[in-house]
Amino acid sequence: MVEWTEFERDTIKDIFSKIDYDVVGPAALTRCLVVYPWTRRYFGNFGALYNAEAIMGNEMVANHGKKVLHGLDRAVKNMDHIKESYCELSQLHSDQFHVDPDNFRLLADCLAIAIATQWGSAFTPDIQAAFQKFLSVVVFSLGSQYH
Amino acid sequence: MSLSSKQKATVKDFFSKMSTRSDDIGAEALSRLVAVYPQTKSYFSHWKDASPGSAPVRKHGITIMGGVYDAVGKIDDLKGGLLSLSELHAFMLRVDPVNFKLLAHCMLVCMSMIFPEEFTPQVHAAVDKFLAQLALALAEKYR
Repeated sequence: MVEWTEFERDTIKDIFSKIDYDVVGPAALTRCLVVYPWTRRYFGNFGALYNAEAIMGNEMVANHGKKVLHGLDRAVKNMDHIKESYCELSQLHSDQFHVDPDNFRLLADCLAIAIATQWGSAFTPDIQAAFQKFLSVVVFSLGSQYH
Repeated sequence: MSLSSKQKATVKDFFSKMSTRSDDIGAEALSRLVAVYPQTKSYFSHWKDASPGSAPVRKHGITIMGGVYDAVGKIDDLKGGLLSLSELHAFMLRVDPVNFKLLAHCMLVCMSMIFPEEFTPQVHAAVDKFLAQLALALAEKYR
């Protein structure tokens, strides 16, 4: 089981209560698709993804970004049972979507950067550390049911 | 995954915009490396204080950023231009190359914090690629 300090628990709850899901979700997924273009392989039915401008204006990408960010809510509410919370979603990503789990790490990095652009210096090193620790647990959990 | 001429121009342009804050970004990036990835402190056991924000960490971050800026000037031949730095990292420092990625990520976080408007997804892509190429050039002499 993961050990969380009080600071880490408070920080995670604080981040997710303050961010605008409608901005951060789309921004993170957009960056992922632009910076790591091979990730576009999973979104063949999303229409135009052939360059940065197309991705940044794509409504399906934006909506999916919000959905994915809300996918973290269950981890925020259940920090002591993150792996269990993602059992089903992990199976889904493995058996239905066939997503290489390394992509979860790439998206997590883009999420940290998306929040950094919003918060500036308020995204302190300690807060970044807590956030990335949280994301790494989610990333691990999402990859846990792959076989 | 080599840089197109457009991406090279993007990198040079962004780094020139960043130049007034490059020391801050360097110092902050290394601080974040040891904060977010504590295992990286293992390379700094010879410092009295390797904690985030400490004087030696900030100073060394500035040195590293200076090296990155130097590499921007050698963007057309990173392997050739960084030969001696690669030898240093390979034979003396022996930093596991996985850490170059971790530091690159921390640099990107700092850039996005300090220049949120300019650090667009396109700029992010070009700089990320550049730092990856830089890391490859640094690891050139490892084996």
